[in-house]
Amino acid sequence: MYALISLVKIVIALVLLLTAVAYSVWLERKVVGHIQNRWGPTRVGPFGLLQPLADGAKFLFKEDLTPPYVYKPLYIAAPMISVIFALTSIAVIPIGNSITVGGIRTPLQIADVNIGLLIVLGITSMGVYGIALAGWSSNSKYSLLGSLRASAQMVSYEIALGLSLIGVLIMSGSFSLREIVDAQGGTFWGFIPRWNIFQGQFVAFFIYLMAAFAETNRIPFDLPEAETELVAGYHTEYSAMKFAMFFMAEYANMITVACLASLLFLGGWHGPLFGPAWLQELLPIAWFALRIFGFLFLYIWIRGTLPRFRYDQLMSFGWKFLFPLAIANLVITALIVALKA
Amino acid sequence: MQPVATTFFFYLLSGLAVLGGILVITRKNPVHSALALILTLLSLAGLYLMLYAPFVAGVQIILYAGGIMVLFLFVIMLVNLERSAKEEQFNKQWIAGTAAALALGVLFILVYTGGKALFPEHLAQLPEQSNTQEVAILLYGNYMFAFEIASLLLLVAIIGAVVMAKKRI
Repeated sequence: MYALISLVKIVIALVLLLTAVAYSVWLERKVVGHIQNRWGPTRVGPFGLLQPLADGAKFLFKEDLTPPYVYKPLYIAAPMISVIFALTSIAVIPIGNSITVGGIRTPLQIADVNIGLLIVLGITSMGVYGIALAGWSSNSKYSLLGSLRASAQMVSYEIALGLSLIGVLIMSGSFSLREIVDAQGGTFWGFIPRWNIFQGQFVAFFIYLMAAFAETNRIPFDLPEAETELVAGYHTEYSAMKFAMFFMAEYANMITVACLASLLFLGGWHGPLFGPAWLQELLPIAWFALRIFGFLFLYIWIRGTLPRFRYDQLMSFGWKFLFPLAIANLVITALIVALKA
Repeated sequence: MQPVATTFFFYLLSGLAVLGGILVITRKNPVHSALALILTLLSLAGLYLMLYAPFVAGVQIILYAGGIMVLFLFVIMLVNLERSAKEEQFNKQWIAGTAAALALGVLFILVYTGGKALFPEHLAQLPEQSNTQEVAILLYGNYMFAFEIASLLLLVAIIGAVVMAKKRI
């Protein structure tokens, strides 16, 4: 019974994640289009809503070209590594409190482990191998430069990202994502929610947000694939479905990062509950989805607004600004918590 | 939940770890060696999980597999691989190597036979729910001094690296 429930949850979570990935691509094209005074996709289906399906079919039927000088085993493995680690991290992320279906009450999470946050960080940090190996096995200078940039960037910003989360961990005293969210329930003076961002962690939130942009290689930190100088960076030599796998990994990572930001800083699925019992069960999922949509919109908005960093600016921003700021935030948070106790 | 198929997973993970270790020293291409080392580190993380040490397993993945090995790979990708592939892989110190391996083997056997009193009879099972808290209490309580010494050593290493890399500070 337990195994069956888990299996059903795994299938649902994967389908949800992949649909979200496909439609965040649609959302990105649509929003960036409107930012640039265009329409974005309109032809396939109403509002271009079937565009992701058309794109998927196109990727499947394109020629899968393998350049002759690549190192084949790793060239084929690299996109798989990227996409596997990007999809696995959903396993420990809760998307709501718990739900009763047909008399069985189950938490909306595949596995509730008490080191949930560590697992997400570990799995996402493994994702860099996909990019690094793609660049190396392609045997091309643009790919290699792109993947070197990617590894350096991801290792540098991972430190600021990890340190920005420790403040939240100190306040909630647990690695379990569910417990961290539970600690954020309730309100101050009846109207300000007790989210971590309102409990003095707003500096950490902005550090996390900026480091997360860099970790997912999004503009303004998309130097690993800077078109103007590196053709397409680490995936220059990839085509068809292999390229699409890198694409999927990037968007799945965006969603993971958005989930973590909502869970850790914005109170997860907490929100006003009303109406009949079934609605009260489903509303937390809607509130959580709304937060993730907000983050995805922010990603796309920034992509449509900001230019790319220069590489030395990227490094000095990460090491000389975000890193000390994260340490200062950590020290101050620890001091306040220690004085309160 | 009771753990299932522990013997199977133990032999699978330790087999993978040993296989990875052998591949690390036998592959000619350093990138392949690095990948084999990642395999070893990941299977070690699995073994830690089986020993009811989830925190150590998580830290093992984040630090070693996700952090240090990325830097290894980063450096290897910058090195001229064609020259290093032509170089001889093993140096000719069979006698010293065998002697060291034998001495280590004897040490292991001695510890296994004579060290029973040193190790507890049963595996100390920390409750899984508070494992991380227990580790923290031990680190910052009983072993505070050792912990601080380790951090001081790391600080010395960092300063040393900066001094070696930068001629003028």
